[in-house]
Amino acid sequence: MERTKIDLWVGVFVALGVAALLGLALKVGNLTSNNLGKTYSVSAAFENVGGLKPNAPVKSAGVVVGRVADIKFDSKTYEAIVNINIDQRYVFPKDTFANIYTAGLLGEQYVGLEAGGEDDSLKNGDKITQTQDAVVLEKMISQFLFSKASESESDSEAAGAKPVNKKSSETKSPEAASTELGDTPF
Amino acid sequence: MTSNIVEIDNLSFGYKGRLLHKGINMAFPRGKVVAIMGGSGSGKTTLLRLIGGQIKPTQGEVRVDGKVVHEQDRDGIFLLRRKMGMLFQHGALFTDLSVFDNVAFPMRELTDLPESMIRDLVLMKLNAVGLRGAHTLMPTELSGGMARRVALARAIALDPCIIMYDEPFAGLDPISMGVICDLIRSLNDALGATSIIVSHDVKETFLIADYVYFVADGVVAAEGTPHDLMQSTLPFVHQFVHGEKDGPVPFHYPAANYQSELLNQQL
Amino acid sequence: MNLKRMIKSNLLTSITRFLSGIGYRMIARVWRLGAGTRLFFLTIVYSGESFRRFHLTLREIYFTGVMSLLIIIVSAFFVGMVLALQGYNTLQKYGSSEAIGVLVALSLVRELGPVVTALLFAGRAGTAITAEIGLMKTTEQLSAMEMMAVNPIARVVAPRFWAGVISMPILAALFSMVGVLGGYLVAVPLIGVDSGAFWSQMQANVDVRDDIVNGVIKSVVFAVACTMIALFEGFDAPPTAEGVSHATTRTVVISSLTVLGLDFVLTSFMMVV
Repeated sequence: MERTKIDLWVGVFVALGVAALLGLALKVGNLTSNNLGKTYSVSAAFENVGGLKPNAPVKSAGVVVGRVADIKFDSKTYEAIVNINIDQRYVFPKDTFANIYTAGLLGEQYVGLEAGGEDDSLKNGDKITQTQDAVVLEKMISQFLFSKASESESDSEAAGAKPVNKKSSETKSPEAASTELGDTPF
Repeated sequence: MTSNIVEIDNLSFGYKGRLLHKGINMAFPRGKVVAIMGGSGSGKTTLLRLIGGQIKPTQGEVRVDGKVVHEQDRDGIFLLRRKMGMLFQHGALFTDLSVFDNVAFPMRELTDLPESMIRDLVLMKLNAVGLRGAHTLMPTELSGGMARRVALARAIALDPCIIMYDEPFAGLDPISMGVICDLIRSLNDALGATSIIVSHDVKETFLIADYVYFVADGVVAAEGTPHDLMQSTLPFVHQFVHGEKDGPVPFHYPAANYQSELLNQQL
Repeated sequence: MNLKRMIKSNLLTSITRFLSGIGYRMIARVWRLGAGTRLFFLTIVYSGESFRRFHLTLREIYFTGVMSLLIIIVSAFFVGMVLALQGYNTLQKYGSSEAIGVLVALSLVRELGPVVTALLFAGRAGTAITAEIGLMKTTEQLSAMEMMAVNPIARVVAPRFWAGVISMPILAALFSMVGVLGGYLVAVPLIGVDSGAFWSQMQANVDVRDDIVNGVIKSVVFAVACTMIALFEGFDAPPTAEGVSHATTRTVVISSLTVLGLDFVLTSFMMVV
């Protein structure tokens, strides 16, 4: 019968389908760039992660070295705990800086790692202690306005300036970079 | 084991409260050719479907080989149907399969026979209906009479003990009709099967039937051998057998008064 | 006075008739939905045979899948090219014409691939299934099968169902891939977008799980819906020429509406997750 012809064509059809799916996954999708191989996990605490999402890239010197595994909220310290998977090929010192950057003005957010100078290196389960929060646009703008306001008010009486000063020192805290130093209790 | 392979006992069947059959009793003895006759719309085909278990009776029962059909579960009905072969009015051949595959269909579906044996069996069945040479054709390439014969070969593919024919003579030329007539009788005797013919063709049916039931108004109006029925003085049987235009079965469908309907403008 | 009463009663009867018409139609719809669901479950229950005798299913894959290849590939190619042209037109105003690859790939993988494939499938394969089964019913082939102790659902419906469910995701994947290639042809050689930027932007923004796998999930759901609708309409068609033709029309209409409605539901679920 013509069953063999049907078999042949269905075979071709299925092969085409598999090829298309593979093509989509490899050429169109991020399967290749997602492929990290063996990883080790470190965590970092941020006061504010902004729009960072799981699976966001972790870059160092512009090279993708890992991915964000998950983001949790710590109800004791009121901080965001970000777990990061880093490719085992890359070794970072213990005092590495973790920053949250934005690709372009409005792009996706990613974690940037800046190597420190210590001899000991990060191992699985370690915690990065030096972090810098995401830049939140509203905060930046309000900070700018407040600094403008304090500039103009610093000439006037001290009574009104006091709360403003306190506010401005608070909003500066993300700018003060490391949470190690700037753990300002609210 | 009773001598009747199919028994219909006080059977009623109807749709939505309107009864098509009102207490029918029939018996179909083994090895005989029994015909069910009646006008169009008298529920003859429905009787076959009741025997095949495709529909359930409203009242009464149909027994096939001693088993009540409508009490069987799906598997039970399928077991009963394996003893039956049915020839549909228009053949009902599978249009996407060749003649050979059509006849092979029940064997392939219901048995585990090797393909070489199926081949031999199919050719034997086709030979019995005289169409061995046409086994490569598709159903669309067959004439009406040939299609009917292929369907017959398919109906007897698994050597059933009951063969049901739904209007086997309808719409055939006289030669094909004669061929089908001969085939029904000879296949019945060769297989030792029981044949149930539903038909309204008096001449052919009387030629081959051993016993005839007349169905009218939902009941068995008359029964007997063809010879007896030819002599029958019952007005309905007389009208039917001799094909008279008017009689107990009126020419007109029940209608309002002719004159008043023509004069009355409203419908 | 009499006239007034007559008008009033006429109005009343027409309103009642209108309302009862709506009610009747609603009940008919619900009845059909129930019958269709029952057929779906029966198909699942009796689908053992379509895998044990896989050549039955294979044959139907040939008719539903392989025969739909041409229309799918050609449509996908044009859809991809149009997407690239339109996308470029808008994106270049914002100076980000490199993002054209992302636009083409995301719209194809997430939406157009599964949806347009399902619509074309309903028109090409769905109508064929409905007409075939409707005619099998009209010519008593299904009855004959039943009288031969062969279950038509196992022998006729189930293989077609699985063939549709297997074929459609393959067709949708092909649609997306060919569409991306069509978009590439317009964007890179024709418009002059950098080839590297085209692919790398695409890879950076198309996620395998969120986009591609979700697209495949969609196409599987659409496949089940479209094939089942086509099968049910055929199975349920009145055994007349008119009945079969109406059923074929209904297959296209109901399939298309169902696919678009399901697409919204699925998309909103996928967005939440």
